[in-house]
Order: sequence, then structure tokens, then C-alpha cells
Amino acid sequence: MKKQKRRKVTGLCFVLPGFTGVAVFYLIPFLDVFRRSFVTAIGNRFCGFRNYRTVFSNAAFRLAAGNTLQFLAVCLPLLLALSLLAALGLSAVAENEKLYAILKGAYLIPLAVPAASVVLLWRLVFDRYGFLNGILDVFGIAGEDWMNSGAAFGVLVFGYIWKNTGYVVVLWLAGLSSVPETLYEAARVDGAGKWDCFVRITIPLMRPAIFMIVVISLLNSFKVFREAWMVAGSYPQESIYLLQHLFNNWFRDLSMDRIAAAAVLLCIAVFGLIRLLQRCWEGSRQRFIKSSWTGRWGGFE
Amino acid sequence: MNKKRKRILICIPLCAAAVFAVSPVLFLLTGTFMGTREIASYIGPVLGEDEGFAVWRLMPLYPTLANVVELLLDSPEFFHMFWNTAKITCGVLAGQLLFGTPAAWGLARYAFPGKKKIYMCYILLMMMPFQVTMLSEYLVLDAMGLLDTLWAVILPGAFSTFPPFIMYRFFCGIPESLIEAARVDGAGEIMIFFKIGIPVGSSGIISAMVLQFLECQSMIEQPSVFLKTKRLWPLALYLPEIGLKEAGFALCASFVALIPAICIFLSGQEYLEQGIAATAIKE
Repeated sequence: MKKQKRRKVTGLCFVLPGFTGVAVFYLIPFLDVFRRSFVTAIGNRFCGFRNYRTVFSNAAFRLAAGNTLQFLAVCLPLLLALSLLAALGLSAVAENEKLYAILKGAYLIPLAVPAASVVLLWRLVFDRYGFLNGILDVFGIAGEDWMNSGAAFGVLVFGYIWKNTGYVVVLWLAGLSSVPETLYEAARVDGAGKWDCFVRITIPLMRPAIFMIVVISLLNSFKVFREAWMVAGSYPQESIYLLQHLFNNWFRDLSMDRIAAAAVLLCIAVFGLIRLLQRCWEGSRQRFIKSSWTGRWGGFE
Repeated sequence: MNKKRKRILICIPLCAAAVFAVSPVLFLLTGTFMGTREIASYIGPVLGEDEGFAVWRLMPLYPTLANVVELLLDSPEFFHMFWNTAKITCGVLAGQLLFGTPAAWGLARYAFPGKKKIYMCYILLMMMPFQVTMLSEYLVLDAMGLLDTLWAVILPGAFSTFPPFIMYRFFCGIPESLIEAARVDGAGEIMIFFKIGIPVGSSGIISAMVLQFLECQSMIEQPSVFLKTKRLWPLALYLPEIGLKEAGFALCASFVALIPAICIFLSGQEYLEQGIAATAIKE
């Protein structure tokens, strides 16, 4: 009994130093941010939801939120599909170990390339007279002024896909390999084809993994701001003005009240989105998930 | 025969994608050894000095080390910022090892009141983009008087919750029987952490460190918000400042900035993959 108690204290002792840091730098100040979102910037007086109303009625906020959502809606499915294809292709050539390793390494390289190192290349590729338009010109296609027209959105999507595909390929491969081979064999004995195996075994068994893959891709999507900001600056073409730009610009203007409200909103939005995803997953395959996930926080435990 | 043809059909797009993925690195590599004038003649149209479109060569026509020499000998600011990046990276990784590892161990292996809540805090924070915590971090750093010092970037990074999450996954995979056996043999809890937790979970620790290292190399948001003095900037903020006019120098600088990350990547690729996989799959 005494030992049990002591063990509890030890566990807490391991966690406390790290958790104190987390609390000091993230949790406690966020409470302050929450408070600030309800008070005026000057005078610190309580003003109800006024800051939130200001944020919502701000045209730049609407533009940025819309763009960010649109970006997610285009990029996430595209990234997941492309990387799944690549992962399936890779597993098909897995017998050739050398080729498999080289290809996988190549896909992961963009992850290691610091964002700042490719800025110059992006500028050269997507310039009005850059590489891309040069290539298009060879085929007789008239190019675009990529960074200064609506096409900038495409550039952003491209940057995100280039950077993150390798990461998600590795996630898919891990998920694919977690499905026991014996299940496929059994199914094949019963006369199932490749497609049947994929839809009836691979996908259902990978559900928890797929959930995490979506969440991780979502989180990484916010980092696309780095490239966007470095290539196009604080005020890029309208179609790639993201929430991250808005936060940075408000921050520079020191409009703390607005940024506090916006931070709380973004926090709720991200949290809500992830819970929604979780709901969808749980709803469609309740029984399976109950058995393999534990509790509300399923996928993360 | 048919099977072989099918495999080749699969290989072509896969290889094309791979070339595409590594092409920026190749581009930087050739650019590093090209002379300033040669580069200017290729990208002239972008600079507005030439007609037509920019072009590139896979191999420099007149390979030269001029830009490398200029970078290494005549640009103290590059070195300064290179060191800033190194300091930030080391600080963050050391902090993670010192605080993150035990926290992950405690969460993974012990039951104590409030554990679920603490774990949830870690997960929630892990999911939040920087923009959510930006103002919070700013307020604390301001109150501590740390703004505009390297600590402003190091400390929040040292307590970021993603590395502990990865280590947690690996620590959970250590069989309980191993730990019970050590306890029966009379090992203390701290001893167990050092003699079992760290060695057996080492691949998890390394994975988390590799991922965090790469993250530190391209940190942009935090330094751009918390560091006003240019002398404190990491390379990531400095590189975009070099204009296209000095493209040769910029390419060379970008390539040198890439070297540490690529080295870590090549030597730790296996761990990197394990770390990534651990986020999706239970061990």
C-alpha cells in the first residue's frame, strides 16, 4: 500500500518539472489571453463579446478565414490521396529493398529542407519569367504571373504537397504494415480480390491510423505559412492571405484585444474540427472503435 | 512477363515523384558551384535584364568556388546567424531531454491523480498552431523580460509538447514485465528510468529529437515575432533577406544552411521514420 502511494508520488515527480514549464509558457498565459479577449485593450474594462464582434466584422479576418478553410478543403484530400497512392505503389515494389529505401528517402527529403533554403527557388520557379513559365512556353502554353494572381493559391498548395507528402507516406506505410498479413491470406482463400481486400480489410483496420494521419496533416498545414510568408511577405496576393498572415499583422499593430479574441476563436475552431473528425469516425464504426480505442481520447492513447 | 511490366509501370511515376522531391536540393547544389555571372545569365529574365524565360543547367558550365569562398571568408553576419540557429537548436533539444523525457516517462508508466488531465493538456497543446499560443507566449516572455533574447525562442521550444508525445508512445511500448522484474530485483524508480526507460526507449527519444531538430532549423514564426534585434536572428530569417541580385551568394548560403539538416536526416532517417510512424500507430 505504502509502495503504491510512493509510486504515485514518483510518477508526479517525473512529470512535474516538464509540466510546470508547459503551464508557465502555455497554459496559464492562455487563461490570461482568454480574459483579455473580453476586455478592452485600453483601460482593461470588461466589454463582453465586443472584441469577438470586431473580429467577425473585420473584412481581413473573413478573407483570411475563408482562404484558410478553402486551403484545408483542397489540400487535405489531395495530400491524403497522393500519399496513399505513393504508399501503395511503394508497398508494391517493396521486394526490391534498395529501390524501396531510396524512394522513401527521396520522399522524406523535403521534410529536412529548411523552409528558408527553398525560398529563392520558389521565387525563380514561379516568377512571371521563371522556370515554370519557361517550361510551359516550350509546350506553347501561356503562363501566369503565379505569385501576383489567383494562381498564387495553387503555388501554396504545391508547396504544401511537396513538403508533406513524404511525411504522410511514412504514416500510411506504418498503417498498412500494421494490418496482419494472415488476414489477407484468409480472405484470399475465401476468394477475395485485391480491391475487396483493400476496402474490407485495409481501410477498416486502419481507421485509428487514418484519424491520426488526418489530424497530423491538419496540424502541418498551418506551417505552410512559412513558405508563403517568406516568398510573398506580410501582404501577399489576396488568395493566399491566410489566418497566419492576419495574426502576424495584427500582432505587429499591437491590437492585443483583437488578437486575443482571434486566438480563442482559432483554438475553438481547431479543437472543434478535430472533435468533429473523431465524431465522424466513431459514428460510422462504433463497435470496432469501442474495442480498439480506449475512452474519449481514443486515437491518442 | 506481365507482372514485370506492371512493376515497371508502377516504378515510373514513383521515380518521377522522387526526382521531383529532391530537385530543390539538386538545384541548390549546382547553384552553389556556379559563378555569379553564369547564374545571372540564366536568371536574367527574372531580374528584368533579359528577354525570354529563366533557364537552368544541371551542371555548371564554369564550376567555381567563388561564392563559397565569399560566404565562408567574407560574410561574418552569415556565421553569426548560423550560430544563432545552432544555439537555439541546442537549447531546445537540451530542454526537451531534461524536461520532456521524464515527463513522457511519468505519463507513460505511472498512475497518479490528475494524470489524464495533464495528458489531455499535452495533446491539446500539441494540436494548436503557433498562432493560438503566440500572444500567450509573448505575454509571459514580456513579463519575464526575455523578449528580444534567444531565450524567448528557446524556452517555449524546450517545453513544446510534440516531442514528449512521441517519446510517450515509445515508453508505453516497453513491457511492464521488464519493469516489474527490475523492481523485484530492488531497483529504485529513478534507477529504472535510467537503466530501463532511457536505453529501451532510446529510439523514441532519438526520433523525437530528430523531428525537433528539423523543426528548429526552419523556425520562422517564433523568431520573427519575439526577436527584434537583427543580430539575434536565426538563418531562417536572414536568408529571405538576400535579394535575387545576389542570387549566387543566396544559393550558396541556402545550401550551407541546409547541410546540418541533411546530415541529421541522412544519419537519423530510420529514427525519423519511426518517430513519424509512432504518431499514427500504437506500438
